[in-house]
Amino acid sequence: MSVPILAGALLALPGFAAAQELRNYAVTGDAIPVSLTGAPGDPARGRSLVLDRTSTCILCHSGPFPEQRFQGDLAPSLTGSGSRWSEGQLRLRLVDASSLNPATIMPSYYRIEGLARVGAAWRGKPILSAEQIEDMVAYLATLRE
Amino acid sequence: MKLVDAMVVAALTTAACPAGAADIPPAERRSGYSFMAPDSQAMQNDDTTNPGMLWVLDGEKLWNSKAGAAGKSCADCHQDARASMKGVAARYPAFDTTLARPVNLEQRINLCRVRQQQATPLAHEGRDLLALTALIARQSRGMPIETGADPQLAPFVGKGRDLYMQRQGQLNLACTNCHDDNWDKRLAGAAVTQGHPNGYPLYRLEWQSLGSLQRRLRACLTGIRAQPYEYGAPELVELELYLMSRARGMAIEAPAVRP
Ligand code: HEC
Ligand code: HEC
Repeated sequence: MSVPILAGALLALPGFAAAQELRNYAVTGDAIPVSLTGAPGDPARGRSLVLDRTSTCILCHSGPFPEQRFQGDLAPSLTGSGSRWSEGQLRLRLVDASSLNPATIMPSYYRIEGLARVGAAWRGKPILSAEQIEDMVAYLATLRE
Repeated sequence: MKLVDAMVVAALTTAACPAGAADIPPAERRSGYSFMAPDSQAMQNDDTTNPGMLWVLDGEKLWNSKAGAAGKSCADCHQDARASMKGVAARYPAFDTTLARPVNLEQRINLCRVRQQQATPLAHEGRDLLALTALIARQSRGMPIETGADPQLAPFVGKGRDLYMQRQGQLNLACTNCHDDNWDKRLAGAAVTQGHPNGYPLYRLEWQSLGSLQRRLRACLTGIRAQPYEYGAPELVELELYLMSRARGMAIEAPAVRP
């Protein structure tokens, strides 16, 4: 897990201006055990965030969302995510899935370095905030099979 | 001819190719048409219901109108578009010796306006340029794409392919991640498709308008939250060129209909 640790080290450097929005985190094994915000997320908010098109999750994933007609099938269903993964594992999968599988198509939702030609409106910002990720993690953890 | 093909194939295969990305075998290539619902297919099939034909009709008028300081119409040099423009769109983008680089059909039209008619170039995505492009592309309908055969294009095809393979934007996705690796899947409600350029310019129901291939490419770039290239930018022409050579042999459908 050298990549996220390296990223964590870079982010902590003073003068790495754009990165200052990102909070430091530590990777243990295939997980980020500690909440990015230091507080637990809100699963109800997490559910509506996962379903919100601008979060991009359901472009690729489906899940237990009967009210949502259009769901993607480029990725495994989110149903049962909480049975398969701990909160810490879910957190790393949202923060930087590519650190686990460099060939994955799943975007890294809390990463700003190593990206090419990011559009002006999105430059220097992670796709999701630490709070949003915590809400989603809290929600995904409730999806049990 | 064999040599030319070999050069292009070499240019295509030497470019870096990330793990997972595989070219679609020729026998499995499918036009965006085949992913559409039957009612959209029917709309495209019938010239009386295909909205793109309105642009073709406008294009015919423009073809015959004099413009610029030279006071000449397209028809004054090229006569009947139905004969002289047959097969042209199936060969574009093509190499322009003066510019020493490929130009797409819209740019070729504007080069004729500037060089021959001594008129101002038409605006990208404006009604007139779309109309003339639609008129010309219509004359290749049903013909196989031949773009890329010119060996001078090989380095530009290679650049287009590199761009197609490059992950970019905040979502860090490459064209190939969707259009080579996931074309049989659905992105939310939409069929991903193989990303073939054979219908352009086409009427997109979502746009309620005809639009160029570059408009579509800019939409995909914005979709992955990358900085879209400006209309006419060399990178977009190179992408077009790569897409057309990738689709070599597929039939032109312009003006097509898409959801
Ligand atoms: C562009 C496609 C794409 C998007 C967008 C996407 N994912 Fe994924 N996701 C994947 C793929 C593919 C996998 C399978 C594992 C891999 O490739 O690394 C995956 C795996 C996962 C997993 C592990 C699933 C399991 O049980 O193995 C979770 C949880 C997950 N994604 C949640 C999310 C959430 C939440 C979002 C939005 C914030 C999201 N994904 C956005 C493609 C995507
Ligand atoms: C995240 C997935 C994704 C990525 C990445 C992507 N596209 Fe697309 N593309 C789509 C979808 C969805 C459509 C719409 C299909 C439709 O309804 O016509 C589309 C349509 C197209 C079409 C039109 C096909 C037709 O039949 O009219 C072309 C050409 C195309 N894309 C090329 C590209 C290129 C070049 C890139 C990279 C710059 C790219 N795409 C990146 C998802 C993607």
